[in-house]
Amino acid sequence: MIIDALGKRCPLPVIMLAKLAADQPAGTEIAVLADDPAAAVDIPAWCRLKGHTFVATEGDRHTVRL
Amino acid sequence: MCGPPGLGSPCPGRDTVARVGVYLDSATAAPPHPVARQAFLAAVEDGWADPGRLYTPARRARHLLDAARETAATVLGVRPDELQFTRGGTDAVRRAVAGVRRSRGRRLVVHSAVEHSSVIKAAGGDSGADAVSVPVSRTGVVDLDALEKALHSPEVALAAVQSANHEVGTVQPVAAAARLCADAGVPLLVDAAQSIGRTSVPAGWSLLAGSARKWGGPAGVGLLVVRKGTRWESPWEEGTPDVPAVVAAAAALRAVAEQADAESVRQDALVDEIRRTVAATVPDVEVVGEPDERLPHIVTFSCLYVDGEVLLQALDRAGFAVSSGSACTSDTLRPSHVLAAMGVLTHGNVRVSLHSGVSADDVRRFLDVLPGVVADARAEAGL
Repeated sequence: MIIDALGKRCPLPVIMLAKLAADQPAGTEIAVLADDPAAAVDIPAWCRLKGHTFVATEGDRHTVRL
Repeated sequence: MCGPPGLGSPCPGRDTVARVGVYLDSATAAPPHPVARQAFLAAVEDGWADPGRLYTPARRARHLLDAARETAATVLGVRPDELQFTRGGTDAVRRAVAGVRRSRGRRLVVHSAVEHSSVIKAAGGDSGADAVSVPVSRTGVVDLDALEKALHSPEVALAAVQSANHEVGTVQPVAAAARLCADAGVPLLVDAAQSIGRTSVPAGWSLLAGSARKWGGPAGVGLLVVRKGTRWESPWEEGTPDVPAVVAAAAALRAVAEQADAESVRQDALVDEIRRTVAATVPDVEVVGEPDERLPHIVTFSCLYVDGEVLLQALDRAGFAVSSGSACTSDTLRPSHVLAAMGVLTHGNVRVSLHSGVSADDVRRFLDVLPGVVADARAEAGL
């Protein structure tokens, strides 16, 4: 699953991720495309706070696993 | 005529303290100490002449400057001839770094990743060549093993480790860092802006920097202490000092230092209360930094799904002036490098910092108001 949050400022990318994640089962992988400089720090932090797994960041692509 | 509700506009016609703002950003600048005001006005009368000239009015100004230096040196436990007043905290840091580079003929600065931006900029910012950034733990403590390795980089001129962090309050292991620096033959600069006048700074540093604004002195005055035996040369000629401002800064420092122990205990307990209460009453919040090994006056927390700017504005409307490390509240639109280095949540960030004029009641009112402010902001975002 991919979320396109390019051009969106924090906290929008994380809000979009949280809204999508709320309806998905454990094990789902979601890639968030986000170029906001905070996203690279906040997406892993969100994973840690909500008990999900941060997989990797490659450029503007941040992948998480629920 | 009454000012608008919120910060700094007291109105005799209104009766509730809640309508007058509470200033909770002492980490940026503490409200002016009454002693500073008095000392400043007296020095403006007596010390306006150029202290560098030979005639009587000049000697008066010179005497005021020397007395201010003695006062500040006594508070810090250093020799007056080791201490110089600068044009602010940033100027102190710049003079420290440039002066060591000039004396040693080298440029590389090894600094913690969470130094104040003035240290990072003086070292060489993000350009890489002249600076090595040492990582920190999740709570912001500098990694001593990584520091030790970095100290052995070729051509290291200087190490910079702050006494404690200005955004999250975490106290750094300065004594241990100083030992590593001494072993490596590298001078250590300690930016002690948040500690001076509040808590003691461990010995072992070669250079110490401070900022008068942080202790209730005027803006535009800082101090730099260069320990005897440190290789340092003045990097540029300074202009005539602002004698009244320096006098005010020294007077404020002495006054604040006298109250420091009692105030630190009082503020420390309030910060504890803030840390516990925020974690308990605000869902999806991260309270960051060391819970115990920290400054008495600073606490920072980040709220998921909220825009930092929205929070700051809502809190200001409710009468509380706080600051933030969130990207949207910074003029660079980048998140706080401190929070990023720690790997903690950067959006929805609020930094609260206390001073002697903040009461326990003020803190409790803030804590009462906060959960609703966050909830409203989240409701607007649809979460």
